[in-house]
Amino acid sequence: MKKLLTGNEAIARGAYEAGVKYASAYPGTPSTEILENIATYQDDILAEWAPNEKVALEAVIGASVAGARSIASMKHVGVNVAADPLFTYAYTGVNGGMVLVTADEPGQHSSQNEQDNRNYAKFAKIAMLEPTDSQEAKDMTKLAFEISEKYDTPVLLRVTTRVCHSKAIVECEDRNEVEIKTYVKNTKKYLTVPMHARILRLKVEERLQALKKFSNETNLNYIEWNDTKIGIIASGGCCSYAKEVFGNTASYLKLGFTHPLPDEKIKEFCSKVEKVYVIEENDPYIEEQVRILGFNCFGKDLFPFCGELTPDVIRKAVFGKENPALDCDQDKVVPRPPTLCAGCPHRGFFYTIGKRKNLLISGDIGCYTLGFAEPYNAMDYNICMGASISAGHGAQQVFAMQNPAPMRTVAVLGDSTFFHTGVNSLLHVTYNGSNTITVILDNRITGMTGHQENPGSGYTLQGKPTKVVDIEKLVRACGIDQVKVINPNDLKAVEDALDWALSLDEPSVIITRWPCVLKKFSPEDKEEFKGSFTTRCKIDQDACIGCTKCVKTGCPAIYFDKASKKSSIGLDCVGCEVCLQVCPKLAIQKEEA
Amino acid sequence: MVKSILLVGVGGQGTILASKLLTTGLMEAGYDVKMSEIHGMSQRGGSVSSQVRYGDKVEASVIEVGGADILVSFEKMEALRWLKYLKPSGKVVVNDYQINSMPILSGKFDYPSGILEELASKAPTTVVDAAKHATEIGNPKVMNIILLGTIIKAMGLQDIDWKKIISDNVKVEFVELNLKALTLGMSLV
Repeated sequence: MKKLLTGNEAIARGAYEAGVKYASAYPGTPSTEILENIATYQDDILAEWAPNEKVALEAVIGASVAGARSIASMKHVGVNVAADPLFTYAYTGVNGGMVLVTADEPGQHSSQNEQDNRNYAKFAKIAMLEPTDSQEAKDMTKLAFEISEKYDTPVLLRVTTRVCHSKAIVECEDRNEVEIKTYVKNTKKYLTVPMHARILRLKVEERLQALKKFSNETNLNYIEWNDTKIGIIASGGCCSYAKEVFGNTASYLKLGFTHPLPDEKIKEFCSKVEKVYVIEENDPYIEEQVRILGFNCFGKDLFPFCGELTPDVIRKAVFGKENPALDCDQDKVVPRPPTLCAGCPHRGFFYTIGKRKNLLISGDIGCYTLGFAEPYNAMDYNICMGASISAGHGAQQVFAMQNPAPMRTVAVLGDSTFFHTGVNSLLHVTYNGSNTITVILDNRITGMTGHQENPGSGYTLQGKPTKVVDIEKLVRACGIDQVKVINPNDLKAVEDALDWALSLDEPSVIITRWPCVLKKFSPEDKEEFKGSFTTRCKIDQDACIGCTKCVKTGCPAIYFDKASKKSSIGLDCVGCEVCLQVCPKLAIQKEEA
Repeated sequence: MVKSILLVGVGGQGTILASKLLTTGLMEAGYDVKMSEIHGMSQRGGSVSSQVRYGDKVEASVIEVGGADILVSFEKMEALRWLKYLKPSGKVVVNDYQINSMPILSGKFDYPSGILEELASKAPTTVVDAAKHATEIGNPKVMNIILLGTIIKAMGLQDIDWKKIISDNVKVEFVELNLKALTLGMSLV
């Protein structure tokens, strides 16, 4: 049966066909839809959102130890969070096959960095596969489980944004029901005290040798001979880009199994072609091996070291120019930066705090990172998931060493990010007693990645009701005595809460509780937030004096007309009333939608 | 022979559904098809694109600079932003629809004038007022399906059983409206 599938849907299909029993992940672009699609096979696979990537991978490792085929998926930076268990499970090996999908982001479409996670396979000494399109994504996912069990290794399946989010035709097959293997206690394999781990270390090296042999023999790595003047070595999405540029005018060494690399095949290929181009995004991972084997090649000296190597980029690097194209005056084109939506509950908070002086605002990862931008300018830095509180704590401790203290620190993060790793950081604040203010922007869902449930939302991945972890109670249980829960659309409440927190000589937490405007309301939301987002505001054009105070709330529903010097509100208004509270002439009123 | 269709617009305009229907139809007609989209930050009011490629055998899912046979822009200014991805021999379908980005809303920049004229001076351009037509047939939300209709006509894909594709992929209560929108779109090119 043929289906049009994205790479992410194809990986999910591959997991289903491979007989996977357990899957877990934390959402992160471009990996999110892998677990969401695995969850659609709910009669066969138990799929669970984890609070973070480390927890997801550990749960998947446990499922593998217990004998089930299991899969974890995450974005590239998620693997940093999950690296600790990965490196140890690389030593013990598996019971049921275990695959970790890393979704990398050349070009950083939606990420804070561009790290090349192929290095993790080398670093952890495990097998790695790199599909080029959706069909390969499905086939290689299945094969990864075979390799995992045969060679007793976790397998890294490395994909990139374009593979994840491109659709192609996939031939689907039936599920291969794989029985759960019997778990037999074996501490020499699974209990990594040094006396065991030293023996396992030797096994890892033997395994690498066996995998190297496999890499040279498998048809996942193959040569396509054409003219031998130019030889292309590529893996993953880059293979399709190279084909687009060179077609049948070059020979190809197409690499699908990329750790360990197939030295013998590389030698055979490089010795028979006149010029070698290694086309790979991010790091010179293949290129370095080619050079180690003693062959010269064109790699990062010719192709950009960052960004995507799409056909136009390759063309420009090799031939000095792109295809002929139409051009126009790009200066006329106004940027279209992402913005907080009309009705976004983060607006009231950032509008208010952005006007304050002498605050260091320690940010985090989510839609609310947009609080850094105009008109709010209300964030100083963001590092990684959960770092707002811990990095904020460190900054606050240093400010407190100075007399007078130059500023106070406010850490800002979302509900899902708080559950991710913010909780640990808050324990640090309590334990070491810094005078840090933490604001948890609780919009009742994981927003940025497209509305995934989380421990505070009350529902599982499959939409089943579950226990709600109460953020306020959790914060108090972490030892924070000073906690306030407010509605962020009430600007006075935000001002008062900030005044209150700044007056304290101990750590405090402000929880702003209001749902994401795009959230599909649960029955509980409908009751708690009754009537929200169903109204509109309008501006009395006679009363408007054109002061643009409402425009400075940064709402995309408000438009300032330069000719009439008046503001007006568009149809996308949902009546959050933030603008209404800032108008000095009370020219903004509520109307029923 | 591979053909490339570039659909561009602003997050939330329905380019994804339009390209989903388009690719499904192309697959059922027996073509090899690939499509690329970028999700994530762009959903928050940013510029979005869906890149559709079809033929006997398609390699890359992305359209390169100077690679598109047709540029279909759901929003005027986005057509200018993406124009360099069109082949010099390619054509443009542009929705006469304006969405102001944040720097324009705040009064910092002006929305560019003369976009339609500029496009027409560069490539054969069809201007469609999809918002007006969509409202006329009863729902402003089917703007994307009207534009899909223009693509089908412009690329000569009328023989594909679009009625079936829409019936299979759209909620029952919206099938009739969507078919109406599609037929209307096809009549505009």
